[in-house]
Amino acid sequence: MVDIEHLQFGLETFGDIVANEDGSLQTAAASIRQIVREGKLADDLGIDVFGVGEHHRPDYSVSSPETVLAAISAVTKQVKLATAVTVLSSDDPVRVYERFATLDALSNGRAQVMLGRGSFTESFPLFGYDLTDYDDLFNEKLGLYDALRNEKAVTWSGKFRAALKNQEVYPKTENGKLETYIGIGGSPESVIRAVNVGYKVIIAIIGGQASRFKPYIELYHAAAKELGKPEFPIAVHSHGFIADDEDEAVEVAFKNIKANFDRIGLTRGWAPMSREQFEGETKVGSFYVGDPETVARRMAATIDLLDLGRFDLVYGAGNQTAAQRERTIELYGTKVIPRVKEILAEKAAVK
Amino acid sequence: MMAIQRVGIIGAGKVGIVLAGLALDAGYTVRISGSGSVKKIALTIKTLVPGAIASENADVVANSDIILLSIPLSRYKHIDADLLKGKLVIDAMNYWWETDGIREEVLDPSTTSSEQVQTYFKDAKIVKAFNHMGYHNLQEEARPKGDPKRKALFVTGNDPDAVATVAAFVDHMGFDTVVHNNLADGIMTEPGSPLFGASLRYAELKDIIDHFDQTEFGKEVAAQTHK
Repeated sequence: MVDIEHLQFGLETFGDIVANEDGSLQTAAASIRQIVREGKLADDLGIDVFGVGEHHRPDYSVSSPETVLAAISAVTKQVKLATAVTVLSSDDPVRVYERFATLDALSNGRAQVMLGRGSFTESFPLFGYDLTDYDDLFNEKLGLYDALRNEKAVTWSGKFRAALKNQEVYPKTENGKLETYIGIGGSPESVIRAVNVGYKVIIAIIGGQASRFKPYIELYHAAAKELGKPEFPIAVHSHGFIADDEDEAVEVAFKNIKANFDRIGLTRGWAPMSREQFEGETKVGSFYVGDPETVARRMAATIDLLDLGRFDLVYGAGNQTAAQRERTIELYGTKVIPRVKEILAEKAAVK
Repeated sequence: MMAIQRVGIIGAGKVGIVLAGLALDAGYTVRISGSGSVKKIALTIKTLVPGAIASENADVVANSDIILLSIPLSRYKHIDADLLKGKLVIDAMNYWWETDGIREEVLDPSTTSSEQVQTYFKDAKIVKAFNHMGYHNLQEEARPKGDPKRKALFVTGNDPDAVATVAAFVDHMGFDTVVHNNLADGIMTEPGSPLFGASLRYAELKDIIDHFDQTEFGKEVAAQTHK
């Protein structure tokens, strides 16, 4: 049963370019500064985690999320600062450790590493990696990161980077270990890999009904038991948009989320999102869109169904205005989260 | 037309698991194999699709009436071409960078992906199906015949008898079908097509297939062919 007292709520942004009220677009630089304001707002509202994605494309402003998080750390007190996600496959695990250990120092231990394979191609040629090594890159780099995470001298060798011999990496953290999640998209193989490394797991549910992940979460727990690995409550992230008015929320979200998905679809070769698909996603799928009551009910249902320990709402998809982005955050913090807890408490009382 | 009772699935990833679930729900005996040992997928199969038999390629092929290929397109040549000799095979694969890498290294641009697969498995009957609808739509949208919300899949191949068998199988799995007897028409549902990732009813699917040459993608394909 859901542990309401320890249930965590996060917000994540991929750093989409922010729109002005007249529809024109802000610069990437201005969009990055907006994220710092939003991180502060999330902290003021008591949100548990604030996550920033890593992309190397014109439609997203953030390629260096730890730098943005470092700025947020200076203006916040309690919120955990996460990447959503760090594309480990095309990064150097030594640098990943160093950046996060630095962020952890700046934020008094609030850094949270979320490692993933990413779902875009751009970083591979950019950093000199071959896409055909997609799986091997992630596996090898995860192995090195895991060794570094113990904060002791590392001796390591692999295919994709220079070997390390009895090498110390700095700075050491005050807690002795960086909190680390592994982000997965839900292939059975990725679930087993996450269990093997023993990290917490966050599942990206970006399409379809959340219920289809229930067997995958069962697989996570069954595999952890069989392999004698630690088990943690599962976290998920899904897209959402919240506004005071239900109809307004649906229209703004349709325009922006559709634009976002269609633009990505162009490069992947998938068809534009139809209104029917969008409505399916908002009514029973994985877009959490609407007024606070609607979003709270749908989130509570997912948290209860999947027995989650954490829910992250990905906000700001497409080109939303600063006001729209901030209103989503305010409503999430002041109305949705308390209401989700209330609904879950009611459900618990009935059970 | 052959009566299908035993379904074999090569590939235990997202798509293979969804197809195994649909086949179990439709009452078939299901065998499924991954790229490695049975041990590697046993827990996954037991948990995600209880009832399906986790096995290895040779056993799956030997004990199934129809084979579904749901491995990354870049890896079909990892399977011995002779293994599928004389078999009825559904090609559910597509080029997808995340698993396949660079397109030019996987696909010959002068032909279609299923024709390439047919050329390699020269003694198998390849029929293309289950490739153009997203796997979560496949999982959620299987419906009984006659349901007004029932969705449709495109089925195409060179052997009319094999195509008819697969069409009946797809129908039994929960989807209407639009059928062609030309494997090269598989291009109509490859990535880039308005049908790739779309989840449509029969009339909508048929309309796009019938007027494929009028779609942007259809025009691009025509321009490529006439170069």
